[in-house]
Amino acid sequence: MMSSLQRLGRMTLRFFARLGRGNLFMLRVLAGMPSVLPRFRLLVAQVYHVGFLSLPIIVVASLNVGMVLGLQMYNTLVDFDAESALGPVVALSLVRELGPVVAALLFAGRAGSALTAEIGLMKATEQLSGMEMMAVDPVRRIVAPRLLAGIFALPLLAILFSAVGIGGGYFVGVGLLGVDEGAFWSQMQDKVDWREDVLNGIIKSAVFGVVVTWIAVFEGYEAEPTAEGVSQATTRSVVFSSLAVLGLDFVLTAFMFGEP
Amino acid sequence: MRDRGSTWLAELQDVSFRYGTRQILDGVTLRFQRGRVTAIMGPSGTGKTTLLRLIGGQIHADRGRVQVAGRDVARLSRAQLFELRKRMGMLFQSGALFTGLSVYDNVAFPLREHTALPEAMIRDLVLMKLQAVGLRGARHLMPNQLSGGMARRVALARAIALDPMMIMYDEPFTGLDPITLGVIMKLIRKLNDTLGLTSIVVSHDVQEVTAIADYVYLLSGGRVVGEGRPAELLGSSSGWVRQFMHGLPDGPVPFHYPAPDYGADLLDGARESA
Amino acid sequence: MNKTAVIEVLVGLFVAVGVAALFILAFKVSNLRSVGDGEGYVLYARFDNVGGLKVMSPVRAGGVLVGRVVSIDYDQETYEAQVTMRIDAHYDRFPVDTTASIFTAGLLGEQYVSLEPGAEEDYLADGDEIQLTQSALILEQVVGKFFYGQMTQ
Repeated sequence: MMSSLQRLGRMTLRFFARLGRGNLFMLRVLAGMPSVLPRFRLLVAQVYHVGFLSLPIIVVASLNVGMVLGLQMYNTLVDFDAESALGPVVALSLVRELGPVVAALLFAGRAGSALTAEIGLMKATEQLSGMEMMAVDPVRRIVAPRLLAGIFALPLLAILFSAVGIGGGYFVGVGLLGVDEGAFWSQMQDKVDWREDVLNGIIKSAVFGVVVTWIAVFEGYEAEPTAEGVSQATTRSVVFSSLAVLGLDFVLTAFMFGEP
Repeated sequence: MRDRGSTWLAELQDVSFRYGTRQILDGVTLRFQRGRVTAIMGPSGTGKTTLLRLIGGQIHADRGRVQVAGRDVARLSRAQLFELRKRMGMLFQSGALFTGLSVYDNVAFPLREHTALPEAMIRDLVLMKLQAVGLRGARHLMPNQLSGGMARRVALARAIALDPMMIMYDEPFTGLDPITLGVIMKLIRKLNDTLGLTSIVVSHDVQEVTAIADYVYLLSGGRVVGEGRPAELLGSSSGWVRQFMHGLPDGPVPFHYPAPDYGADLLDGARESA
Repeated sequence: MNKTAVIEVLVGLFVAVGVAALFILAFKVSNLRSVGDGEGYVLYARFDNVGGLKVMSPVRAGGVLVGRVVSIDYDQETYEAQVTMRIDAHYDRFPVDTTASIFTAGLLGEQYVSLEPGAEEDYLADGDEIQLTQSALILEQVVGKFFYGQMTQ
């Protein structure tokens, strides 16, 4: 029988060991990055997989989020006769928070899980081992382009999420509920700052891109090379990266938008 | 890095390897002669695949020395090891084809990674290798459209793409129908003789190995328990070698997993339930 | 077209859509084209109380956005708040007797600095201080004064 104290200690050790391995792995991938750049084709193929294929879910989700936001905010604002503030409220919510965060969560579910499963399966079917025996480093050939593609794709998806979401808010607010179009846009431009709001949102999504893709490729690479192991790794990848996004979002928000 | 003209292309001297608390290899010495097909046989779980990974430098021995082409594999830098691996082919049991690439691209993979040849020349080489395994017509198929035997043949074409000096086969005969089995056996022998390769075959299929191997090592419990030409081993007087080579159910390797006395065990059960 | 070419086109499309969205955020949603950073000139003003004024709050003249608040400090010598504003370069003709006031946009809106030009011939230049200021109206104080009948100024 193991006491719960021992178990806690063991879990803590395992956590730190994993964290350490993750960081060492990241170093190896970063060292492999320069060898990816000249092979642009590899990168393009991965951007297709993680970026382009995530477009449908991002567009559909952002349109819905924008429309719901428009509707809910309108109902609150109209009580204060402030429905002309609908534009800035929708835009700020999306650009600062919902764009980067929801896009990152969807990305973790759509692209991150696919990356983990793909790399895990390659490991389980000895493809990574075979590649090593062919004198090709799988970290450079397989992992590095995927990480780079994820870091590149997520900010673009988040920007798109915000823009389409604002479009959805515009459709509901101006199109259906009759908010003045001029007020919607001009108030938005007045309140939304390029650097403070938009650029910070993009920086957030870039950080999320690094973290989500990193967790995805690491979990895949570390997966137990069995069918069960790969499925567990995929679950872990989505859960961990979602939690990491939410946790980091709080830290980044406090850092960026907190009182100076 | 041309190797010295020794008779032995690869040598393992007194090699031990443990995985966790399990002693997988315990003082194994093996030598692989140039231009020959050498087989390593033994029951499942005796560290045969581990041997191949040691030779390929994917893992390192706890004790002893692994030499390939006159070089100590454990002492090579990463770059030197990769240089050496370009001259080794390995055929995995599953084939380990890249599922995202077509048959053609799979065979072209090592060429594209390691040479700067123009695409036209790569095409010629790929078709040559595919022709050698009889699958030139299947070059547009994806790996999931191949049968197990075809996948292994494509993997073989890929393994010889860079014209290696040696090739390692991990359980090449497992799970094949009789016709494909014959094809693979013929290919191993033919490639070995026509390309001047050195072949290492890891297997537990006695019939197939005795048909194609020049020399056989028998492994059990992490040790070499017998070696010689197939005919010598078949006629061996050692009890263990006889049992394995002829597939006898009982002998030095007992039929029963170690257990307490049968009668006492039954009585125990009766006592417990009482 | 072969498969790689199709993928390349689709990735190109993806990037183009992303960049287009970035342009929308830059020019339609946010204020990138108005008052940029680094250009323009700096003016100072001292207030007894800045109320809810914040860094990046707008500076308006006649209701038009002419600049933004860059920093707010508390001067321990004079016990006043010192507000630094960056004014857009092409609004360069504020007379030296211009008044700076802190107003609130609507009852619940944000606070901003309003500049009301005076009549002098000389204009404020980079680094000058606006002498005439009027502090923020603090709602609690106004209500308090009203109740105790002390509206004598």
